[in-house]
Amino acid sequence: MTMTEDLLAPRPDEELVFDANPVQADRITHYCPGCHHGIAHRLVTEVLHEMGVAPQTILVASVGCATFTYDYMLVDSVEAPHGRASAVATGVKRARPDRIVYAYQGDGDMGSIGLAEALHAANRGERITVIFVNNTVYGMTGGQMAPTTLLGQKTTTTPKGRNMATEGAPLRMSELMAQLDGVIYAERCALNTVRNIRAAKKAIRKAFEVQRAGLGYSFVELLSGCPTNWHMDPVAANERIGKDMIPVFPLGVYKDATGGRPDGAAKEADHE
Amino acid sequence: MSDCLIKGNEAIAFGALDAGCRCYFGYPITPQNEIPEVLSALLPEAGGSFVQAESEVASINMVLGAGSCGIPAMTSSSSCGISLMQEGLSYMSGSHIPGVIVNMSRGGPGLGDIGPSQGDYFQAVKGGGHGDHRSLVLAPATAQECYDMMFRAFELAFKYRNPVMVLGDAIVGQIKEPVLRRPPADAPGAAGLEERAADWRLEGYGRRGPDATPRLLKSVYLAEGALAARNRLLQEKYEAMKAETSVACTDVDDADLVVVAFGSIGRIAGSAVRLLRAEGCKVGLLRPVTLFPFPEAALQQLAKQGKRFLVIEQNLGQMIEDVRLAVRGIADAAWHGVMPGLFIGADALLDPIRDALREI
Repeated sequence: MTMTEDLLAPRPDEELVFDANPVQADRITHYCPGCHHGIAHRLVTEVLHEMGVAPQTILVASVGCATFTYDYMLVDSVEAPHGRASAVATGVKRARPDRIVYAYQGDGDMGSIGLAEALHAANRGERITVIFVNNTVYGMTGGQMAPTTLLGQKTTTTPKGRNMATEGAPLRMSELMAQLDGVIYAERCALNTVRNIRAAKKAIRKAFEVQRAGLGYSFVELLSGCPTNWHMDPVAANERIGKDMIPVFPLGVYKDATGGRPDGAAKEADHE
Repeated sequence: MSDCLIKGNEAIAFGALDAGCRCYFGYPITPQNEIPEVLSALLPEAGGSFVQAESEVASINMVLGAGSCGIPAMTSSSSCGISLMQEGLSYMSGSHIPGVIVNMSRGGPGLGDIGPSQGDYFQAVKGGGHGDHRSLVLAPATAQECYDMMFRAFELAFKYRNPVMVLGDAIVGQIKEPVLRRPPADAPGAAGLEERAADWRLEGYGRRGPDATPRLLKSVYLAEGALAARNRLLQEKYEAMKAETSVACTDVDDADLVVVAFGSIGRIAGSAVRLLRAEGCKVGLLRPVTLFPFPEAALQQLAKQGKRFLVIEQNLGQMIEDVRLAVRGIADAAWHGVMPGLFIGADALLDPIRDALREI
């Protein structure tokens, strides 16, 4: 036992009311200060821990900032090529139908290069869960335009701001998912406030419950901050999510075909 | 198991099923559609999973996913579709993930035609995908070999934790002939193959006891020196694969000229060699059964005996480079090409072989 652990251990007269989540690795991440991947990782791993399913779970990691997500989530994991996580997850789930299988994908990975794989896995109703992190930029490659980049948003490849006439409009994944019969649950959440983070955790729980019940495909979009590539401090980035992103990407449940079966979802009113 | 009259493509499907394949992922393309059609009916009945994927890109990545779980998985396609799979093949090699890929190749480049071709030789044996990726490559010449080779393909995929390609063409895929559907006595089957993956497969760490730690299969190695170490491991693996080299030889012992040809063209060249033997020509056939590893040693041995070589292949000159490399400094090799897309008979090869004999 290290000195730190010793100091932190509860004394006989103390009650342990909060502890580290054992499904999340006890290590410093490579993410930038103010990045919301850390919050997303914590929510996902807390849900896996609380459901008791981590030992039966397989993670499919994608390419982008989240490539190394397997370093922080302590479950069996496989790396997918860029954009192919939903196809790899399909193969994993078909091979091991009794395990919990999820993919963790960013907006470039899922919304651009992997859109076909994402939509077809959803349309087939694969019994998988996909966590979709939307921060409106390609983070790992240095802030280029993503399919979700807002109109007018400056990136390294839209130096004058995204223009509807030449780059098109931001892609709304939750709305697309809601159109597909194989999708049982789709919700968009944000990670910018405590209240929204609590709602996001409920949505992630519901999504994994949908999979555990074998109902079909479940999807949670997380509006997230990227202070580094937005050239903002973390507080301003959080404010941007509320002021600029949520009006374009409204929060809420876009599809719930569970018939009230698995519980734990956020209600519309839970979001800010 | 009964004898049956089936196409090479159907033999591939039956062979895969009998060898223990439990997941198939594929996208329609001519001339290999009987493979998914047969497996879509039979694989679910055998407790497996069949998915018609949205593309060949998705297909190979589904194979990667199922393979990462140590489950025998395959895809099949033809030339253009195999091009789309190259990234996935590179990831599978880099991540040590097994899988079987059948290429019933067609004429190219581009959309080409749906006739026979060996134009994918370079792509199959030189890597195809980015980085130093290699697939083991097997080349069937008959419907029977299509069936038998699927057992070997799955065994090798799990032995080396690497993609294995079965490289056929429109002739061997579409030819209909008698096939003995008899699994080898020592075939491991699905359970045996899965057992060979026990040390690395993804299954949820809870399956491995209370103190188990999570496993990770990946190809990214960013730390200084880490990728070098990974590639050294791959290099050793590709080197070890040389033990799997195999050839089929006919009439080579007293031959002055050895025809080197693979797959369907190898079979047709074999007929030409028989006809010329009847004329008294001292000609034989060496048919590489594995294209990677390539039978360099067998060719060198024949070259040292003073034999000369004629490579016949249905492309613009690909395997000839490997034959010349194998016998460099000892002998030379002549070449005769058949244009991709054409259906030829043995008679079309008689004069080219006679000409090569005269030049000795």
